[in-house]
Amino acid sequence: MTTTATRDILDTVEFDEGGFMVDPHAWTPEIAEAIAEREGLELTERHWVVIHFARDEFAKNGEAPTLRRITKTTDVSTKEIYKLFPGGPAKVAAKIAGLGKPTGCI
Amino acid sequence: MTTNGTNGKESENRKLCIICSKGSLDMAYPPLVLANAARMSGIDVDLFFTFWGLEMICKDKMKNLKVPTVGNPSMHIPTMLGGLPGMSTVATTMMKREIEKLDFPEIDEFIEMLSDAGANLYACKMSMDMMKLTDEDIIEEAEIIGAMEFMEMSEGAQLLFI
Repeated sequence: MTTTATRDILDTVEFDEGGFMVDPHAWTPEIAEAIAEREGLELTERHWVVIHFARDEFAKNGEAPTLRRITKTTDVSTKEIYKLFPGGPAKVAAKIAGLGKPTGCI
Repeated sequence: MTTNGTNGKESENRKLCIICSKGSLDMAYPPLVLANAARMSGIDVDLFFTFWGLEMICKDKMKNLKVPTVGNPSMHIPTMLGGLPGMSTVATTMMKREIEKLDFPEIDEFIEMLSDAGANLYACKMSMDMMKLTDEDIIEEAEIIGAMEFMEMSEGAQLLFI
């Protein structure tokens, strides 16, 4: 169920066919909350560990980190990341972090 | 079922079953990489290890899978050279180095990662009997089942034989 406030924020953002943000630089934490709500997720502190890490890596390298890099570098384990982002953590986390569709295989 | 993927639901109910039948290093990675890609996309995964593929989940073998240099058409070297002592070790070391560069885990860690990611691991009962293996020999994350059981659980799934 999306609230009116969420719909208003999402209306200002451009998404591609897959539901990924077209311009990662337009991302804000409020947009992340709104996308998460659309995905049926309520963001906790642990979600933010992953989202902030992905954003930092994107700022440094210009691309989203692989799941393996996230689980190797942060204290979020593989088991936990699958629980945090059900329905495919690579895709769901990238969507919420405002990054493009992940291209890595790992 | 939607296909536009705006809410990530396009993978719901999709299931991939992979039969892993080879025990060489170069043939162990493809099913694992595909299984991982599927799990990362929210697709359910069952891995069935049979025949030499069982070595991928054997505690004392999974760390030591080798790239064969004889009878391997991808080697691009004459078979006679491939048979020289140490050739397989050289090829294995080279492949492991390249895999590490791509940040792919070694087989034992890869299998553990897949299990943590929610992939189901199954060992073929007949192959285990044939190779005189017991449940002590394979990793505890794997469940031993017969081929018929695997047929039942793979109904409606996409199936790959590697």
